[in-house]
Amino acid sequence: MSKIRSLLKTFSLWELWQGLSVTLRNFFRPSVTIQYPEEKTPQSPRFRGLHALRRYPNGEERCIACKLCEAVCPALAITIESDVGDDGTRRTTRYDIDLFKCIYCGFCEEACPVDAIVETRIHEYHMEKPGENIMTKDKLLAIGDKFDAMIAADKAADAKYR
Amino acid sequence: MAEIQNYTMNFGPQHPAAHGVLRLVLEMDGEVIQRADPHVGLLHRATEKLAESKPYSQSIGYMDRLDYVSMMCNEHSYVLAIEKLLGIVPPVRAQYIRVMFDEITRVLNHLMWLGAHGLDIGAMTMFLYCFREREDLMDCYEAVSGTRMHATYYRPGGVFRDLPDSMPKYQPSKWRSQKKVDKLNEIRQGSLLDFIDAFTAKFPACVDQYETLLTDNRIWKQRTVNIAVVSPERALQLGFTGPMLRGSGVEWDLRKKQPYEVYDRLDFDIPVGVNGDCYDRYLVRVEEMRQSNRIIKQCVDWLRENSGPVIVDDHKVVAPSRVEMKDDMESLIHHFKLFTEGYCVPAGEAYAAVEHPKGEFGIYLISDGANKPYRVKIRAPGFAHLSAMSEMVEGHMLADVVAVIGTQDIVFGEVDR
Repeated sequence: MSKIRSLLKTFSLWELWQGLSVTLRNFFRPSVTIQYPEEKTPQSPRFRGLHALRRYPNGEERCIACKLCEAVCPALAITIESDVGDDGTRRTTRYDIDLFKCIYCGFCEEACPVDAIVETRIHEYHMEKPGENIMTKDKLLAIGDKFDAMIAADKAADAKYR
Repeated sequence: MAEIQNYTMNFGPQHPAAHGVLRLVLEMDGEVIQRADPHVGLLHRATEKLAESKPYSQSIGYMDRLDYVSMMCNEHSYVLAIEKLLGIVPPVRAQYIRVMFDEITRVLNHLMWLGAHGLDIGAMTMFLYCFREREDLMDCYEAVSGTRMHATYYRPGGVFRDLPDSMPKYQPSKWRSQKKVDKLNEIRQGSLLDFIDAFTAKFPACVDQYETLLTDNRIWKQRTVNIAVVSPERALQLGFTGPMLRGSGVEWDLRKKQPYEVYDRLDFDIPVGVNGDCYDRYLVRVEEMRQSNRIIKQCVDWLRENSGPVIVDDHKVVAPSRVEMKDDMESLIHHFKLFTEGYCVPAGEAYAAVEHPKGEFGIYLISDGANKPYRVKIRAPGFAHLSAMSEMVEGHMLADVVAVIGTQDIVFGEVDR
């Protein structure tokens, strides 16, 4: 009896039809893909994307050129030079992050004692000319200013876990 | 009569079925393979030497990039080795989180393997279905660490941060109304644990789907049954570990044989094959996904009921919390010390191995008492498996090479290191 059954199954392509029924059922299920540029997948507040330098609410730069991020960076992507500013405070004169070297591990953000350097949720960026991979201090501050509200909200959401 | 000679054929390194940058020099007799000579090293990045030039913690991120489809398992082995040398034990909650993410990683890896292996030997739908489920697990990775792949989440002494209480949600757009978005967000309402719980509830049905498509399928069987048979004795001699060894019928799993973290408290089975062919290894891996799902479920249940620290409270090894660091001078000094020179590890040597999705992944560390390792040796399972390539494909047809590469689950990040 089992022999007849297995013969029947073999000649009726039974397991292939079963497989096809799975694909057919999936065909009528709602699609799981999204329309990318207009729609985006959910993104965690912990996301580690493009870097930014933040300011205090009064407009003062947070970074005090302690160079912890430079020291901890496994990829040696950060270069800092510092000097004493006009107001007698220690400031960076140069703060470069080479995006081609960066491995987005988040250690710089972890190390920063004043929450100056952060990794934001921005992940869609590109370079057009050689040299644009170097994020200078001005560029980093500009990103920090532009997306200040978003960065602050993300950091606040994650603050209790750190 | 003209003499018929074998000819050699180049497979890869840019062949789409070579799973990365494998170059195989095949000696063919007609369409039958006489000898296969794998050339490795095209993805060599000197990770071992790189790790020897940096303080211990800074290399965690580079461990992710070894086997880039099972990221957290690589990290696990590395932090275990450091912990062994330092003599610290992470809190129980951290151990459960690590085990949970190790198993999530195993499912991720096996889904990637099943999809790619299926695609290689003609089952295209598998790839799409597997990646559908992978997406959910990638979301777990992102929720907890901030990246979908290179997590840098495990730390010596525990894990970086506790699991988040909320999941990120889909936003309405011109393609999807609020109502449709709400439906998508249904499983994202609770915490990460709720999300993982919902995943473990639906995942067995997904595995059933994969099995309906492949397990009895005659084409799949023609391509895998009795291909690359390895006897249990030979598998041991060749240094196989993981599903490659279990597919041959040897019941060896580090999670059972030398339990690390909390595996001894969890209930799961070790699937074992019988014939040692590609088909058995496929069955073993599929069953492993089901078992991993069981383990994840148990971890979720435990983590729900038990809160606590996720990293040891020893500021000589682990940086103090942000609040402490900003209030307390001593903590600030610890913070600066840790992020500049790291910590010194007592002189000695340690070998820590984990049951990685591909086999036994081990890190052998020698410390001379400095803040950098004196020597790091990575024991990658894929390397031993690839060494047996010639033996496994001998006498098979050219098309079977692809099936064998698939069944070995080769990833060049770890083979070439």
